[in-house]
Amino acid sequence: MLVSELKPFEDILEYLDGEKNVFLVGCKGCAEACQTGGEAQVLEMKQKLEEEEKAITGYTIIDFACEKALVASKLRGHWSEVMDADSLLVMSCGIGVQATSAVIDKVVHPACNTISLGGAVGTWPGSERCRQCGDCVLDLTAGICPLTACTKGLLNGPCGGAKDGKCEFEPEVRDCGWHLIYERLKKLGQLDKMREIAPLKDRSKMQPPKHLRSTIMWALEQEEREVAPR
Amino acid sequence: MSLEQALSKGKFVITAEVGPPKGVDIEEMLEDAELMRGRVDGVNVTDQQSSVMRLGSLAACHLLKQRGLEPIYQVTCRDRNRIALQSDLLSAYVLGIENVLCLTGDYVSLGDHPDAEPVFDLDSVSLLQAAKALQQGKDLAMKELKGSPRFFLGAVVTPGADPLEPQLIKMEKKVKAGAQFFQTQAIYEPERFEQFMQAVNHLKVPVLVGIILLRSAAMARFMNKNVAGVHVPESLIEEMDQAEDKAKKGIEIAARLIRDMKGTCQGVHIMAIGLEKRVPAILDAAGL
Ligand code: SF4
Ligand code: SF4
Repeated sequence: MLVSELKPFEDILEYLDGEKNVFLVGCKGCAEACQTGGEAQVLEMKQKLEEEEKAITGYTIIDFACEKALVASKLRGHWSEVMDADSLLVMSCGIGVQATSAVIDKVVHPACNTISLGGAVGTWPGSERCRQCGDCVLDLTAGICPLTACTKGLLNGPCGGAKDGKCEFEPEVRDCGWHLIYERLKKLGQLDKMREIAPLKDRSKMQPPKHLRSTIMWALEQEEREVAPR
Repeated sequence: MSLEQALSKGKFVITAEVGPPKGVDIEEMLEDAELMRGRVDGVNVTDQQSSVMRLGSLAACHLLKQRGLEPIYQVTCRDRNRIALQSDLLSAYVLGIENVLCLTGDYVSLGDHPDAEPVFDLDSVSLLQAAKALQQGKDLAMKELKGSPRFFLGAVVTPGADPLEPQLIKMEKKVKAGAQFFQTQAIYEPERFEQFMQAVNHLKVPVLVGIILLRSAAMARFMNKNVAGVHVPESLIEEMDQAEDKAKKGIEIAARLIRDMKGTCQGVHIMAIGLEKRVPAILDAAGL
């Protein structure tokens, strides 16, 4: 699940400055759940833009706008409306906007901001976060990720900013990650782990490796790109 | 005499900090530093203190060095990655700056550019390791240096932290990583400080107790509420509250704390935070 919020309407109007005809794209996935790109929000956007004298040539709501094949086939079903538009306004997360842009040679505007989740979350997200650092240190830190639980991503213990177990950044809502790690290591009788100096982080591992940039899905995507309407 | 020499001679050392200006008018900073001449063994120069953008610590240290003062270059990990940090350490050395205080740094949200990218590529421990590696002629990538620097490396610790154990563990790591002296966060409870000193006795590393000059009861209450690891006891707050001359009272309390803790540690580090002009008076009152 990705979390998005609608951009201020003035920003959207600014993107559309000088354009008259707009095609709207919504998303029934996360964007509908966030009430940013479901049918209700798309219709509301349509009305607001019409009040600003824009012509909405058509709209479609895609099951999952992150899936390029779905985007391409839906747009094909609205081909003349899409072609009549100066641009497409996509009401979804940044992936949906990019997927739309990838399958059509038209100007595509984002209607939403995608909000940080502070790292990847599981399929049933809880409070645990992973920054996919490529060299997991959870063994040293009692199963609590210092890169995401500590605001500064420190590896060698707490900074001087922790107060009453809370972080110096947003203490009302944030626990000090290193306080949690310390308490848990202590409980597990593993405080010695905290005494070890952590190896330097290899930040290059935070970029996706080559083999993940060229997968079977990637090959399929190349194929899709060729059959998609241009 | 360098800070290192003073400490090795067993002198009770005195350090105080100055803050570079927000801008290029350096007159007041130099005036403040001038007041410390002959009175302190080292002048700390803060690095974008509280994440507020200002004149750099390296340039300010250089100015002090040119004037024959003994600067302590504070370096945080907030704004620079490992390439810039190592490079700045080399730069400091060629400018004659040898005392380096390695800190993690406050989070960007505390300052006046809360929308900046927080870096924290290294932390205080790995920054010390980097400085130590440079001294041994290699950088963090294990590449040979053409000429290696020599530093006197410092670090910080919060003796009033609760719980204290994580601080002690980290302090131990800092020593392992290369820290040769410590300056502490402010502490206003001599008994608590003594317990702390007993707990770190085995590390055999000089500790300079931190003193923040009080300016009012309100300031003390503010610190209690907002500053991690700093606790001003109610009795001191009351003393400040009742004093007619707050400036005098603040100086008196600071001097008393120094006298009370002098016997347990190797020096004192005075943070006057904008009231640097009062530092000589504190030292006079403490008999230093
Ligand atoms: S240490 Fe790295 S891999 Fe492990 S949970 Fe944290 S970010 Fe993910
Ligand atoms: S207070 Fe704790 S969580 Fe926050 S930056 Fe410092 S160590 Fe990390």
